[in-house]
Amino acid sequence: MSGTIATVLAADGINVAKNVGFGIIAFAMIFAALCVVATKNVVHAALWLVVVLGGVAAQYILAAAEFVAISQVLVYIGAVTVLFLFGIMLTRARIGTDIGLFNSGWALGIPVAALLLGVVGWAVLDYTGDDVIANQAPTPTVLLSDAYLGPYLVPFLALSFVLLAAAIGAIVIARKD
Amino acid sequence: MLAANFLLLSAVLFSIGVFGVLARRNAVLVLMSVELVLAAVMLNLVAFSTIVGTIDGQVFTLFVIGVAAAEVGVGLAMVLMVYRNRRSISLDELSEMKG
Repeated sequence: MSGTIATVLAADGINVAKNVGFGIIAFAMIFAALCVVATKNVVHAALWLVVVLGGVAAQYILAAAEFVAISQVLVYIGAVTVLFLFGIMLTRARIGTDIGLFNSGWALGIPVAALLLGVVGWAVLDYTGDDVIANQAPTPTVLLSDAYLGPYLVPFLALSFVLLAAAIGAIVIARKD
Repeated sequence: MLAANFLLLSAVLFSIGVFGVLARRNAVLVLMSVELVLAAVMLNLVAFSTIVGTIDGQVFTLFVIGVAAAEVGVGLAMVLMVYRNRRSISLDELSEMKG
């Protein structure tokens, strides 16, 4: 049975190993994301978030976007996670199990999220149908740098000003005076 | 690989993040849920980049990574300020602006 499925998939030009890898990583990511929003321990939530963001980086590699994957690892797993852990420690959340992490009306979030998933999922399936992504070589980083220093130069400079303003703003907001 | 794979995965991540934003009371946990939503959006952009076959989606993903880093920094600074003023980061206690 599985042999026939593999034959059919191979006939459609679908890379089976890539699909299996995608499925495993996707399952781990969804499980970790559910743990982020459901765990009763704030530090554990930050660590489960690392699993989700690492899974996103792995999916970027499957989507042939190596440079974005490396940036994701550097910025998110390297910097943002440490920032979250600092935020947890500076606000003195209890390290162990914590109570009162949920709103009183938290159950209302479930139908909202389910409805959103239904609508977006329907739109995605309606848009893509049976479209197949062709196997492609990794994106050369020189293309990205050409895009940044060519047509996207002005947004790139604007982003650097945004980062500068955000850094100064964070210092001004958080400093003790 | 089906084009819908990445998009459906990011739809699931987005929904979980929206649930976290609605359900959590701790401000730091709400910021983590916002990160889930942003990760879903970035995965979507990279997927569109591969589907369409141009580089633009990856360029915008890197922009989003930069903006998200700024957002987390400012957001945690604000949480810190709220904690310093009120000794608590429960979002349902911040209700002075309710009419």
